[in-house]
Amino acid sequence: MTTTASRPETRAQTPEAPRQPRVISFSQRLSKWDLKISPYLYISPFFIMFAIVGLFPIAYTAVISFMDWDLVRNSGTFIGFDQYIWILTQPHFWTALRNTFSIFLLSSIPQLILAIFIAAVLDRNIRAKTFWRMSVLLPFVVAPVAVGLIFTAIFADNFGLVNTWLGNLGLEGIPWHKDPFWSHVAIATMVNYRWTGYNALILLAAMQAVNRDYYEAATVDGAGPVRQFFSITLPSLRPTLIFVIITSTIGGLQIFDEPRVFDQFGRGGAGQQWLTITLYLYDIGWGQWNFGRAAAMAWILFVIILLIGLINLLITRTLVRDEGLRRELTKRQEKELARQAKKGLKEATR
Amino acid sequence: MSTLGTPTPLAVVEENIPNERARRRGARTIRIRGSRPGWIVYALLTVVFATGAFPLWWSFVIGSGDASSLRRPFTWIPGGNFWSNAASVVTNPAVNFWPALWNSIYSSFLIAAAVVITSTLAGWAFAKLKFHGGPALLVFVVATMAVPQQLGVVPLYILFAELGWTGQIGAIIIPALTSAFGVFWMTQYLRQAVPDELIEAARVDGASMLRTFWTVGVTAARPAAAMLFLFTFVGAWNNFFWPFIVLDRQNPTLPVALSLLQSNYFVDYSIVLAGVILATIPLLLLFIFAGKQLVSGIMAGAVKG
Repeated sequence: MTTTASRPETRAQTPEAPRQPRVISFSQRLSKWDLKISPYLYISPFFIMFAIVGLFPIAYTAVISFMDWDLVRNSGTFIGFDQYIWILTQPHFWTALRNTFSIFLLSSIPQLILAIFIAAVLDRNIRAKTFWRMSVLLPFVVAPVAVGLIFTAIFADNFGLVNTWLGNLGLEGIPWHKDPFWSHVAIATMVNYRWTGYNALILLAAMQAVNRDYYEAATVDGAGPVRQFFSITLPSLRPTLIFVIITSTIGGLQIFDEPRVFDQFGRGGAGQQWLTITLYLYDIGWGQWNFGRAAAMAWILFVIILLIGLINLLITRTLVRDEGLRRELTKRQEKELARQAKKGLKEATR
Repeated sequence: MSTLGTPTPLAVVEENIPNERARRRGARTIRIRGSRPGWIVYALLTVVFATGAFPLWWSFVIGSGDASSLRRPFTWIPGGNFWSNAASVVTNPAVNFWPALWNSIYSSFLIAAAVVITSTLAGWAFAKLKFHGGPALLVFVVATMAVPQQLGVVPLYILFAELGWTGQIGAIIIPALTSAFGVFWMTQYLRQAVPDELIEAARVDGASMLRTFWTVGVTAARPAAAMLFLFTFVGAWNNFFWPFIVLDRQNPTLPVALSLLQSNYFVDYSIVLAGVILATIPLLLLFIFAGKQLVSGIMAGAVKG
């Protein structure tokens, strides 16, 4: 390389010409520029692409959401908040919001409990660790659309696997598609199927980071495995649990693939039983071809995600405050100790 | 640890372990929970595994039957019609299976490669080079990870419609070439994987910035880059929302093609599920060969939060 070759030269020159420090060799100048510009060069491919396909669309969605977009002329006329008002006055929107939250809760809560349980089992000193870890991750590689199609067959109202089994037991079939609640259960099952193992592995990693000395101490103190789990493992998982909850919130509120393939029409059911926010957004944008409303819908979805994120943050803060309380207690004890020490000092000086 | 100290109750626990290997391991790092668990743990794990594998197997059973196989009593044994069902998926003119498979392969590959390159470059700069505004930009990148993709689809669609790219695979590749998660991931990894002294040494030896990046950065980044490639590939392969919007029947990706399988009024589940299995086989193969890396990738990412 040129720089490598020219270095010894510069070094050799410096002692000879100490009075000309301003003369900087070309390679040195090049090296200086190299140092200054390189970081920006390295981040530029990302940021240029990101600006075009990430940032510009987000900003432009905001612009379009205040417009009545004309598809033919490919331009819009400004109409203020009308699109937002239109969406917020649609009963379908509120149904979609309720469905989305219902599916989200039905998927995230059982999923978290199951994932913690699976992680706790994997955390034992089992044989063939890699095999078992891989085995819980298997559903993750199946595409959500494929999962959706499989479970749509499993939860088919007539002749579906679950209803057939219920029939064999002499029970009546469950109206998986007709009843909103049961359709949410079916869709939540698809989500749980795909993500439980994934989250279990994240929680497993967090469990393995817990200092094993705690468990030793607990065993010495006579705490059984159950007590150890609730008093050591679970509290140590808190930050990771929050991480998992936040990521599954962001993903869960955007749910589209599974409800889209839950029947052959993909419009959330005849009575909007499983219409979700993103399904509704798709229907407004590419069913009714109203881009202004779809853009407004996208921003409403974003605001909802931000709100839920804020609530998550508040929860995080309470947890941090918990730790603070513990510190405060010790502070109080410290003060107490200091007071006693002072007393002792006074007595000693007397 | 108490290995060096006086015998504690822990040492007694260790004595009770009959397994020679476990005891040897225990001698190095005493692990209370290190004793081998009983059969019930393996039974539980088998149940978890079976729950994951069962829907796939059942799909294969139904997918190898005929139109009425869903109505017949449950069976574990596959029928003999898988290949004929698969053939009718592949030859279905409404689905375009082969173009979909090829589109999925090359678009996922290009997306994963591009994400790895842009993320490694940017991650190296954020992790190891000092420049004005660096930390603030990184915070900004991380913050955008919370932005849903729905927020960008309307303008992107307008943009690609203007360019005449709707229905083209380019329309799904271009928006996916970068990933905020990828940059975050590589930054986190490179920050702890490369000691600053190594970079200084390279610089003192006269290596240019690019050479330092290439010999020190890229070499160190390889394991994380491989994982990022895998996850991006799986993510791109499975992505549905945007491809479903911008692509059409003539030129779909596999998930889009799959969703078209049941778009008729009458749904023949043996055909649909044969298609599902057919479309899942490539990723199952990937899982068999790279599942270990996926597992360690998820676990490594989790520790760093």
